[in-house]
Amino acid sequence: MSAPDDLWARLARLTPARIGLGRAGSGLPTREVLRFGLAHAQARDAVHTPMEAEAIARSVEALGLATRVVASQAPDRATYLRRPDYGRRLAPESADALARAAGAPVDLAILIADGLSARAVHEGAAPLIAAFQPHIAAAGWNLAPVVIAAQARVALGDAVGSILRARAVAVLIGERPGLSSPDSLGIYLTFGPRPGRSDAERNCISNVRPAGLSPAEAAFKLNWLLREALSRGLTGVNLKDESERFLAAPGAARALPGAES
Amino acid sequence: MAYRHVVGPRSWVFADLPVLMAKATPIRSGDRLAGIAAESAEESMAARWCLAEVPLAEILARPLIPYEADDVTRLILDTHDARAFAEIAHLTVGDFREFLLTAAPETLARIAPGVTPEMAAAVSKIMRNQDLILVARKARVVTRFRNTIGLPGTLAVRLQPNHPTDDPAGITAAILDGLSYGCGDAVIGINPASDSLHALGTLLHLLDDVIRRLEIPTQGCVLTHITTTIEAMNRGWPVDLPFQSIAGTQAANASFGVTLPILREAHEAARALKRGSVGDNVLYFETGQGSALSADAHHGIDQQTLEARAYAVARAYKPFLVNTVVGFIGPEYLYDGKEIIRAGLEDHFCGKLMGVPLGVDVCYTNHAEADQDDMDTLLTLLGAAGCTYIIGVPGADDVMLNYQSTSFHDALYIREVLGLRRAPEFEAWLARIGLTDGNGALLPGDGGRRLLKAAPELAA
Repeated sequence: MSAPDDLWARLARLTPARIGLGRAGSGLPTREVLRFGLAHAQARDAVHTPMEAEAIARSVEALGLATRVVASQAPDRATYLRRPDYGRRLAPESADALARAAGAPVDLAILIADGLSARAVHEGAAPLIAAFQPHIAAAGWNLAPVVIAAQARVALGDAVGSILRARAVAVLIGERPGLSSPDSLGIYLTFGPRPGRSDAERNCISNVRPAGLSPAEAAFKLNWLLREALSRGLTGVNLKDESERFLAAPGAARALPGAES
Repeated sequence: MAYRHVVGPRSWVFADLPVLMAKATPIRSGDRLAGIAAESAEESMAARWCLAEVPLAEILARPLIPYEADDVTRLILDTHDARAFAEIAHLTVGDFREFLLTAAPETLARIAPGVTPEMAAAVSKIMRNQDLILVARKARVVTRFRNTIGLPGTLAVRLQPNHPTDDPAGITAAILDGLSYGCGDAVIGINPASDSLHALGTLLHLLDDVIRRLEIPTQGCVLTHITTTIEAMNRGWPVDLPFQSIAGTQAANASFGVTLPILREAHEAARALKRGSVGDNVLYFETGQGSALSADAHHGIDQQTLEARAYAVARAYKPFLVNTVVGFIGPEYLYDGKEIIRAGLEDHFCGKLMGVPLGVDVCYTNHAEADQDDMDTLLTLLGAAGCTYIIGVPGADDVMLNYQSTSFHDALYIREVLGLRRAPEFEAWLARIGLTDGNGALLPGDGGRRLLKAAPELAA
């Protein structure tokens, strides 16, 4: 029989859950109260920190890609959190500007959206696009300017993709932050984007972050899904992600359908 | 029929009962999102004055969602107990509040089958938080499977040992952690990350194995879709409690992929297994305000009334456990700690008044304006209100579902502050294996080590 501390140290390695915390009477030890408080503070900051659209635009332009910054109809963060419908629609002036910028039909539009974690897109969006560029080049896909939007939900990509005459849209969005994952990026791929698409018509790659799915793994999955979507003319529940059969690395943990949608 | 109320020079008019109910609801973001909330504080109070004067018999006679259009309405009216209702049939909503404040526990038990969800919701809208606590405390609902929960002076805990990839060793470690704090009498209930039948089989056998080896007087549940659990029962796998998320309209239930006949099939199949040792309440349901709106299946009815209608669905199948997952759905439905606390007390009250064994997942997400202090407040209020059970998650951090619930420590806290005991069979077991003293208090030392002495192969 191992000593108690050894036992809990061994058990704690089996799960990321907060087990074996010890107790002070009926309460938590001080260090655990503070550790929890810090994690919650980081998750709250991820939700409320404003997205720096210009900084993201510069990092995407450094990859040799054009960008456009647009706005949703949500005027501020408090309204955005109460009214998901506003975050799914483009502000009229942004819709007009995007329409003027639209050129010939393209294979793919990319929208970078803050969703529920600006931190996730600050840290994860440009590396993901960089990892995806070789796949774009290899397939010969043409790409619309990368669109960047604050106070934006997944479905904003439907408006963006349809105005830009894209066959498919990939939305890179900050997921609802968990206590131990304030930096998780999600990728939602929709074939034939147009306002009114349902979530059942999208494919999702979740948990893209340093402690989860790497940019290279996520780009590999996105490449597989986009190729299938363009050749079969659909995304959603009828397109099962089988990319793991072609990928040596372990798959992503499943996340709940996020409230960021 | 329109309802009117005059406040000084202003006459407030409410077009019909659904409008009146919505406007009388304490204001919350979900009703605003649906465009049915009162537009001013005075309008909300005028609606409450109006609602207080509506007879319960009128609420019964005017279904908010038509009988022909919705099978939950049909269930409510077809199973309504007119004899139980007779005792309160002459009351208005305002009278009903005063009746409830003065009623004895046995009176509340007697009228419960005559209380429709719309009556419960209506009276809750004109009650303050202290009314919701006081009445719910008197309305005891006792259910049994391998132990007895809901007895006065007790509070049970669902041990929720979730793991992001359903790893059996990780889940077992979290179960041992929870048991060592004396949690798990309501159920050991896993939310699986995978919805596959194979994963369900693995987890069902894991739970059955732990409960048998340690001889725990409790029950297990894997919270997967009920049709998958029906398939598991067909295969002879060890199912204690089939689980399903339910809502208050037929269309919302359809969005969950469930119908009343499917629930009945699962109920009958699980009862036939006869796995309960002290009773045959076999189902486990979860609910939550906002689910019908989120499925675009709300018929213009306010989210709190629809939540009470979900309890009418639950009630029909004599469940062992029902809990609202009150703060899980997000700030577009319940914005902040104040709205979550109010909703938790309303849900618990409505369920208990209708005779449903209501527990509460006291919880929040990181994009809601809420924190641990708000959860401490709601937990304490629910303990005072006689809540049937709460959730126990290691360190309050669910690493699979990405939200914060209550912890094993929170359960110890509320027991110490309010003197609440566990289910008696479970508490006797804890004392027998040397984890607690005769009063149910944890003994000093490492409980996990004592558990492993009882079943060393679990650590292997």
